[in-house]
Amino acid sequence: MSGKLELLNKLAAERILVMDGAMGTMIQKRKLQEADYRGERFKDWPSDLKGNNDLLVLTNPDVIADIHAAFLEAGADIIETDTFNGTSISMADYDMQALAREINVEGARLARRVADEWTARTPDKPRFVAGSVGPTNKTLSVSPDVNNPGFREVNFDDVVAAYEEQVDGLIDGGVDIILIETVFDTLNAKAAIFATENVFEARGTRLPIMLSCTVTDMSGRNLSGQTVEAFWYSVRHAKPFTIGLNCAFGAEHLRPHAVTLSAIADARIAIYPNAGLPNEMGEYDETPEVTGGHLKEWAEEGLLNIVGGCCGTTPEHIAAIAKAVEGVAPRKVPKHKPAMRLSGIDPITIINAAE
Amino acid sequence: MSKPTAQFINVGERTNVAGSAKFKKLIFEENYEEAVSVARHQVEGGAQIIDINFDDAMLDAEEAMEKFLKLLAAEPDIARVPVMIDSSKWSVIEAGLKCVQGKAVVNSISLKEGKDDFVSYAKRVMRYGAAVVVMAFDEKGQADTLERKFDICKRSYDILVNEVGFPPEDIIFDPNIFAVATGIEEHDNYGVDFIEATKLIKKNLPYAKVSGGVSNVSFSFRGNNPVREAMHSVFLYHAVRAGMDMGIVNAGQLTVYSDIPPELKERVEDVVLNRRSDATERLLEIADQFKGQGGVARVEDLSWREQPVAKRLEHALVKGIADYIIEDTEEARQMFDRPIEVIEGPLMDGMNVVGDLFGAGEMFLPQVVKSARVMKQSVNYLQPYIEAEKAEGAKAKGKIVMATVKGDVHDIGKNIVGVVLQCNNFEVIDLGVMVPWADILKAANDHSADMIGLSGLITPSLDEMVTVAHEMERSGFNTPLLIGGATTSRVHTAVKIAPEYSGAVTHVLDASRAVGVASTLVSEGMRADFVAKVKAEYDDIREKRLARPKSDRLVSLEAARANKATPDFEAFTPTRPAFTGTRVFDEYPLAELVPYIDWTPFFRTWELAGNYPAILEDKVVGESARSLFADAQAMLKQIVDEKWLTARAVVGFWPANAVGDDVVLYTGDNRNEELTRLHFLRQQVQKREGRANDCLADFVAPEGTKPDWVGGFAVTTGHGIEEHLARFKAAHDDYNDILLKALADRLAEAFAERMHERVRKEFWGYAADENLDKAELIKERYSGIRPAPGYPACPDHSEKPELFRLLDAEAEAGIQLTESFAMLPTAAVSGFYFAHPETHYFGVGKVGEDQVAEYADRRGVDTDQIKRWIRPNLAD
Repeated sequence: MSGKLELLNKLAAERILVMDGAMGTMIQKRKLQEADYRGERFKDWPSDLKGNNDLLVLTNPDVIADIHAAFLEAGADIIETDTFNGTSISMADYDMQALAREINVEGARLARRVADEWTARTPDKPRFVAGSVGPTNKTLSVSPDVNNPGFREVNFDDVVAAYEEQVDGLIDGGVDIILIETVFDTLNAKAAIFATENVFEARGTRLPIMLSCTVTDMSGRNLSGQTVEAFWYSVRHAKPFTIGLNCAFGAEHLRPHAVTLSAIADARIAIYPNAGLPNEMGEYDETPEVTGGHLKEWAEEGLLNIVGGCCGTTPEHIAAIAKAVEGVAPRKVPKHKPAMRLSGIDPITIINAAE
Repeated sequence: MSKPTAQFINVGERTNVAGSAKFKKLIFEENYEEAVSVARHQVEGGAQIIDINFDDAMLDAEEAMEKFLKLLAAEPDIARVPVMIDSSKWSVIEAGLKCVQGKAVVNSISLKEGKDDFVSYAKRVMRYGAAVVVMAFDEKGQADTLERKFDICKRSYDILVNEVGFPPEDIIFDPNIFAVATGIEEHDNYGVDFIEATKLIKKNLPYAKVSGGVSNVSFSFRGNNPVREAMHSVFLYHAVRAGMDMGIVNAGQLTVYSDIPPELKERVEDVVLNRRSDATERLLEIADQFKGQGGVARVEDLSWREQPVAKRLEHALVKGIADYIIEDTEEARQMFDRPIEVIEGPLMDGMNVVGDLFGAGEMFLPQVVKSARVMKQSVNYLQPYIEAEKAEGAKAKGKIVMATVKGDVHDIGKNIVGVVLQCNNFEVIDLGVMVPWADILKAANDHSADMIGLSGLITPSLDEMVTVAHEMERSGFNTPLLIGGATTSRVHTAVKIAPEYSGAVTHVLDASRAVGVASTLVSEGMRADFVAKVKAEYDDIREKRLARPKSDRLVSLEAARANKATPDFEAFTPTRPAFTGTRVFDEYPLAELVPYIDWTPFFRTWELAGNYPAILEDKVVGESARSLFADAQAMLKQIVDEKWLTARAVVGFWPANAVGDDVVLYTGDNRNEELTRLHFLRQQVQKREGRANDCLADFVAPEGTKPDWVGGFAVTTGHGIEEHLARFKAAHDDYNDILLKALADRLAEAFAERMHERVRKEFWGYAADENLDKAELIKERYSGIRPAPGYPACPDHSEKPELFRLLDAEAEAGIQLTESFAMLPTAAVSGFYFAHPETHYFGVGKVGEDQVAEYADRRGVDTDQIKRWIRPNLAD
């Protein structure tokens, strides 16, 4: 395992690494029907399963393997497992809590298998698998109950337990990286970090952690209200392999936040934007050339270590992005003077009074 | 906003049951709301961190910590600062750490219970991602001398940094501030010891910080706040110079060092710095002189209180300040005739400001939720008055059924909207996620909902929303439908959802807008206006959308053809028209056309926004609309009675089949001889999967399959108009001039509508059983279409001459075409008839070079000529 990490570190120092594109919107394009989601195994499942994309790793693994392969073919160094919603908390929507672990193990195995096939095919370009750990569909910082702003649908311990199961399953299935992504509530992310550390400790192993925040509106904050800087201070203790931003916006709107993060983060930066903003009909229509063009500029400005795509990005986008950043040097990770950096929803840095 | 960097940090101390009697009382009374405001006042008073402590034998401190921190998370103006989770019990600290998203400070851990516990707690603190205060405390007790203070801090530092791997910059030492001037000689040097320990720590333990509970130092002067504050100020003055980074203080109650009266300052300094043995006595001598002068007033900017009440309400909503909301609401209530007007006026205006700020990125969600809560308090206050009034239309509550549509599990946005609506006294029936349309409709029926809200995040949800709207229509619903969610948009709602449903459909941009929209929809006084306005707006968007070709990605003509529309010609057999060739109508009775007039565009001609007939009752334009409508009715009567205008028409049908993108018209039923060819353009914009690249030719049976037909028409009601226009012109009567033109235009449209109806029922007869009322006709709820050359589905105007030639329209209906293919008289409508039940209006949109070249070839015209004719459709 440590050999893999060394290799990853070595490659990340040499060049900008490319992640894959969107799983969800790629699945949507296939227009799968209820029966495709159910497969033979769940044909009598009492609730609707259409839309349970993570379940496809069990019921329709070929579809997922195809998508993985398409992104690898497009030039992705790192692919994400199809396990974004693979916690018992999110699976409860389908009454499939009991399948959470299996989905993570199988999702990881599937991605591992396809990635290894491509590593064998292109040994000079080894491929990595990042276990996707999504935010769950519950928030630890916001009350859904009007009459009780102190109410929460879940508590920290529940969320930690769900994440422990997910992360443990992903590691069993053979992932190289734990990717805690689309963080809209930082407390959920902190629970994920906490759980991941617990699993590492129990297994006596460590994998690199990638963390990726989602800025949800034009205020430049995530859903629980934190600025990008406050978010970084809240999660910096994870000593992540990368810190970054994904989803919500296309590259154009994400840029100011990426610039902020790049300036303050003494960790590698990973950015994977959407293919623009959805148009009025809800479609992502930014062309691969446009996405690639934006990210090329960023790369040349030295903002990027790892880059990929989120909603609406296709293998064509990833190919364009890979081409755009090829030969461009990765961002140099800055060294900052140690300082106490705290945060509420806003950040505060405390410099030494006597200095 | 707190400054990003700070030199000396004030840690607010009042949210501490051990340090504040008031806070303790509030917590024991379970008055958490008021307790939260103690925290707010600390932040407003300048606290950059707030210390929170519930250590009391009579309290369940774990529970209180959790409850309080979760409440603070809902208060953005407090939650912006980090918290210091203060307890001597680890279980309380851990309960607190599980509730904060920011990077907090743990206060405190120490070597008191030995190294093992210390290490274990430190590791946990790291895993939760917090900084830590380490007390100068070890197995032997609290450090009271300079030497012990430093030694314990150094030992702690070494363990943390070297053994645990704790980041040194996240360590804060508290080398214990003890009371001085107690009368006990050993205590006299406590202030100096702290200051000296601070210097040693800062010099020898890199990056570590120093903090302390400042008010301890003055404990012996309790009851004499001016002296205590002077002691705090003096103590901090010297300790900060020695390197103290932060202190737990009553933020907002700190005397400025230079403002301390000189005599007091000197004697306080003697005490704090232990400069003379009689320092305590000397301070006591003068202490009483200062007693009762009161401390520095809490600094709070209340200038906004001087503004007019509407502005104050807006300020309170934007800033989420509930302190004055009741008195301001009362003041506003007295200004208006009816309490509901406070809600519909200043409160809604305020919420709109909130919405604008949110849209501009200047507010964020937790703040919006906070604003909604303040709004709720105001509404709650007004509620009894509204109910007492019992007037018609004073209904302030409504019921909304909300659901994330089938196939989508995203509900956070929907839940926030639910919270905001409930804050405003709406009853929310939340059906959860993945809700099939049947359940939504059933719930709406069961609960007699006043409106239905659909939410979704992913793109397929947009289609599902269209389905829900369609099913609502089919089930005869009339309940207003609200659409929200990340991928939804006003345009999608207008173009895709609204046409499916004859009830009100409104897109709600974000949670901050939900209250305004929902309140308007349940307001008897405002609903009709609003619905009409939105409808007009959406009609407009839809028209523009259809007219405006999208500059989206184009696919090749070949690919577009491969994705052609495939209406069912297996099951469907085209109907043979009652006649082929043309039929002419001279002097068609005008009276028959009057009921077919669609009045809404008439008002739009006059720039009066709103739908007929609601516009007549519109608050703003209703009076103008009524007066205009009366004049129009009077003139219309004259037009009909006095035969000002003559209506003439010609319609025709021809055997036809599609060949590629052309429709071939035949001279006879044997379909041997070609009469002419109509040339159509095909959509080339890349479509979502499942959506065809339409071309009108797709809706005619392909050659060699089944016999099919197309029709054409040209109608006018413009003959005779010139004479009357000249009359008005001569009299400089612009009003009647415009009125007549507008009425003639409406009559021409009505004529086209009536003729199309007769075509469907009699002349072509493919919908002989059709039974639609006028409103349904206006909404085009019929089968088949009548697209006109030059309009979105067949945007090339230059096909009009061929249509006119087929109809012999110039001779038969007296309509001429100008060089630029405009019709004279202008009150005229022409077009084709298509009958297949799956035909629909669409816009061709942008076309590529390949299609232009091929189309020019088909038309036998050169490419440049074609480009001039269809310029708006050319891809950029």
